[in-house]
Amino acid sequence: MGTFFHRRRRLTPYLLLAPGLLWLGFFFLIPLGFLGYQSLESGSYGNFEFTWEFSNFSNALTDYREQLFRSFLYAGIATLACLVLGYPMVYWIAFQAGPWRNFFLLVIVAPFFVTYLVRTLAWLNILADEGPVVGFLRDVHLLGADEGLIYTTFAVVSGIAYNFFPFMALPLYVSLEQIDPRMLEAAKDLYASSTQAFLRVTLPLSAPGIVAGTLLTFIPAAGDFINAALLGTPNQSMIGNVIQAKFLTSLDYPTAASLSFVLMASILVALLVYARAVGTEKLTG
Amino acid sequence: MNPTMTRRSLLRCGAGGVAVLSLPGLLAACGGGGDGGGDGGELKDVLEFENWPYYMDTKGKTHPTRDQFKAETGITVNYYETISGNEETFAKYAPSLSQGNGIGRDIFVATDNSQFPGLYVSEGYVQKLDLDLIPNIDNLIPTQGNPGFDPDREYSLPWLTGMDGIAWNEELSGGPVTSIEQLFTDPKLKGKVTILGEMADSVGLVLLDSGDDPTNVTDEAFDRAIKTIEDAFDSGQILKATSQDYAPALLRGDFAASIAWSGDVAQLAAENPKLKWAIPDKGGIIWTDNMFIPLGGSVPTASTYMNYVYDPKVSAQIALGTSYSSSVKGVREAALEIDPDAASNELVFPTDEMLAQLHPNDPKMVSNADYITTWQAVLGR
Repeated sequence: MGTFFHRRRRLTPYLLLAPGLLWLGFFFLIPLGFLGYQSLESGSYGNFEFTWEFSNFSNALTDYREQLFRSFLYAGIATLACLVLGYPMVYWIAFQAGPWRNFFLLVIVAPFFVTYLVRTLAWLNILADEGPVVGFLRDVHLLGADEGLIYTTFAVVSGIAYNFFPFMALPLYVSLEQIDPRMLEAAKDLYASSTQAFLRVTLPLSAPGIVAGTLLTFIPAAGDFINAALLGTPNQSMIGNVIQAKFLTSLDYPTAASLSFVLMASILVALLVYARAVGTEKLTG
Repeated sequence: MNPTMTRRSLLRCGAGGVAVLSLPGLLAACGGGGDGGGDGGELKDVLEFENWPYYMDTKGKTHPTRDQFKAETGITVNYYETISGNEETFAKYAPSLSQGNGIGRDIFVATDNSQFPGLYVSEGYVQKLDLDLIPNIDNLIPTQGNPGFDPDREYSLPWLTGMDGIAWNEELSGGPVTSIEQLFTDPKLKGKVTILGEMADSVGLVLLDSGDDPTNVTDEAFDRAIKTIEDAFDSGQILKATSQDYAPALLRGDFAASIAWSGDVAQLAAENPKLKWAIPDKGGIIWTDNMFIPLGGSVPTASTYMNYVYDPKVSAQIALGTSYSSSVKGVREAALEIDPDAASNELVFPTDEMLAQLHPNDPKMVSNADYITTWQAVLGR
């Protein structure tokens, strides 16, 4: 009996892991294998042939370098915007909002009750030439009479920042909320100014939230295509738009698949550089 | 059993087997796509019909011809306005159809100025019509009897015919927009111009504008047209390429002028007289959407519906309701019975002068793979 339970105990971790591993296997690894296979095919729809067509990758990189670069630029700016806008707001919620904390968190998450597409379409109206924002900016002469916001880089980046904001705000909140206020009191007792206390206590302790938030925002933002499609023009076309069109419009599966791999690899490289720069311990707190 | 099967080959077969079994199987299970082609199925009491927006007669919230069809036959038409491009639609359907599975539709439409009607037929993705159930096919006008993609009309029947022209919002354009040249250069329209994402429509009009023949396109003429469009993108004159979403945006004033389909604008202009549409002075493009029955669709149900819409009285209601023209004989007479002024609707009944200005696209142009790749690049993808 003793050995039986002993054996069972050793199996337990695997049993606990099994559903997740099966899920990953079926819905991530197998499709990824298909994608890899497709990325090395040549020919046109209906007559694809597996030919180890590595030139798909070099062509993808040369033909769509511009869109790839733009995706990372837009995702980077949007992530930074989320951080700069989100940190003070979440800081206030965590330390000052008291009993209203949950209410304000709900307000941050509330847009997620509406579908992504509708949220983005709303920006069409917000930024429209006849809309309130452009009207105000024209009145105060920040925009010329024939200048607008819709279908510009500004519109696309704003859309991305808006849509991914909660992915930044929630991890930030979790890390800030865990900070024991007595640590800040201790800092003050040791003659730290408010700025010093923030820089030496609050900021380092919230670093895991910043790292998690930037990753959760940046990664999906780099592959996004909805914002560029609805709020931009071909001049704002991102790599996601190219992949979407290659898969779902021109049925050029090999190019689409190789572009998907290029995007994944680029994100992975960016992630490694980032992890190296901030230190991996920040990822796990 | 092969006695010399190695461990490696067994693994390969196993892995391949899992791969083959899992994904397409799962996709099929999730697709709910109905049974494969073959016998054409039985008569159902529901017809699944997928079409472009702005393409069915409406009266308030009701759809008179669909309601009459239900009253006459007991068949409910589930109508989906979800086609937004010929390419996207093919890409959406093809994975399922190429496996011989249905797509949950009994009728869909495809435009004859794209390569897709031909592809659906040659790839075996569509079923033959049941002509015994469509005696009204005799009402098909002779000029539509023998299209290249379906020379004997075994697989398809025209839905409606329309024109490519220029639409403008008079409040923003400060007057009529009568040529592609004006659309692409007039400073009043700068940054407020859209073109259509369908290559045949946009390139067709530009070819006409530069004096080239859209019915027989040379490489030089095509390159010239692409250069003109790229220049207009680069100068900031053209904002973007759209599908039918140009129509509400034109009304809102986001765009000042667009390459546009005739009936869409007419439907919106009925309540918004500031919207105008015209054939450009150097000529327009004419095209026809065609109804097809995909694999898995019910041939008897679809054929029954096609027979119904080939009744001139029904077709007249649809044509007048959408401001597109019908390919059914006797529609003019039927339309006059509905509305004595109907004949003056030049979008439904183009005048001889208009018809002289209209040209179909070159089928070789719309199926040229190099042209299609070039066009995708212009659209930034």
